[in-house]
Amino acid sequence: MGAGHAHPLHLHRDSPVHRLPPQVKIVAAFLGVVCVVATPREAFAVFAGYLVLLLGVWVAARIPVGWILRRSVIELPFVVLAVLLPLTGPDPRIEWLGLSLSEPGLLGAWNILVKGTLGVLTSLTLAATTPMRDLLVGLQRLHAPALVTTIATLMLRYVDVIAGEARRMRLARIARGHDPRFLWQAGATARGIGALFVRSYERGERVHLAMLSRGWTGAMPVLTENRTTRRDWAAGLAPVAVAAALAATGWMIA
Amino acid sequence: MVTMVTAMHMSDGLVNAPTSLVFGAVAVVGLVLCLVRARADLDERTAPMAGLVTAFVFAVQMINFPILPGASGHLLGGALVAILVGPWVGTVCIAIVLLVQALLFADGGLTALGTNITNMALIGVFTGYGVALLLRRFARRSRGGLVATAFVAAFVNTVVASLGFVLEYAIGGSGGASLGTVFVLMVGLHALIGIGEGVITAATVGAVAAVRPDLVYLLRGTATPLVRKSAPSTPTTGGAA
Repeated sequence: MGAGHAHPLHLHRDSPVHRLPPQVKIVAAFLGVVCVVATPREAFAVFAGYLVLLLGVWVAARIPVGWILRRSVIELPFVVLAVLLPLTGPDPRIEWLGLSLSEPGLLGAWNILVKGTLGVLTSLTLAATTPMRDLLVGLQRLHAPALVTTIATLMLRYVDVIAGEARRMRLARIARGHDPRFLWQAGATARGIGALFVRSYERGERVHLAMLSRGWTGAMPVLTENRTTRRDWAAGLAPVAVAAALAATGWMIA
Repeated sequence: MVTMVTAMHMSDGLVNAPTSLVFGAVAVVGLVLCLVRARADLDERTAPMAGLVTAFVFAVQMINFPILPGASGHLLGGALVAILVGPWVGTVCIAIVLLVQALLFADGGLTALGTNITNMALIGVFTGYGVALLLRRFARRSRGGLVATAFVAAFVNTVVASLGFVLEYAIGGSGGASLGTVFVLMVGLHALIGIGEGVITAATVGAVAAVRPDLVYLLRGTATPLVRKSAPSTPTTGGAA
């Protein structure tokens, strides 16, 4: 029930990218997306450059392109918003296939679409190459408040347990003939969530007592003393340097 | 089955880089303040309790509710945690859910993390709690009052959080749509989402108050001491706990 603490987007491989320290990868992914967001939207060719850069990282990380693309459908909700922009945007308008499309709207939609897509692809690359536990260690080494990483650690430890409990409640409801179709039939599900909250809260109290009895001092013990070398940072930040150069090119040609 | 999308999770590129960084700073400052106050609420139990409540919020966001045949949605949970565990712990929980979603599930962009935390954790939870505080008089009077308060808090929370998006778009939006269009679109969409959020939040708060009213943060300090109806025939010695 609580088994399997690997998150669904992780791709277990052994590659230079997988072996990089997590904090290097978090910083690199964040800076890379900042470069993408800062690029002027009219610099069309530069965005193709970012895609080539990501392809290079995937080759180094031995991630199949199809694997990433299948998971990038997470992005779909933003695409819906982007489709609306050309139809509702201001003048001037252009005619295309009998549709009257707004030119600023089209540019805005392109902007959201291309930057959102590159952002999702970057996040997917980070998640695919870094196990959950390492991401938290990375946050810790980047000096995130200890309370945040501790809460996040405990949350990830127990989320499978709580989600499993929710799944069993749902099965129990269905087994008893529950088949809600409208919002006003949501009462039983909501009462289930209420029970889930009470159980989670009480479990928290028990977990706290169990932690105290095992010598909890208020901070997570540091189990690995891995030092990050200058070479790791250089390797991780190399793609960021390329991205920064691309962004600078974008500013010059746009 | 179509899952109703919530346009509240912003992606990278919806607002420009300076705006993202400014709201990132707002999110960090707000979150640090909430962490300090959350510690005051939960003392040394903070980590496990907040951890489990965060896991609860995460799990709840996976539970689908029926809306109409063929369409379902899920709870965002801002007003729910504000009423159940208070605004400080609640904000920390929602912010950590957003952080984990961005890092582990590629849900919401990395540079949009600041705006997402500002909208959903800071603005969302505190608006929900503010409304609940204003209506606390009714909430404490009866079960019906509490349920109605939860509905209004969740509805207002959802709509006002979407106004946060409109504000960020006005400051540094990627352009392409007039502010009026974005306003009508976001507020209209989130008023609809808010009704669903309100109904489910109300039913959930009602269910918790029925079994463990002492856990509902909004009702703290209102418990009337148990009144002994008749004196016990024999005095008891020692606690039979």
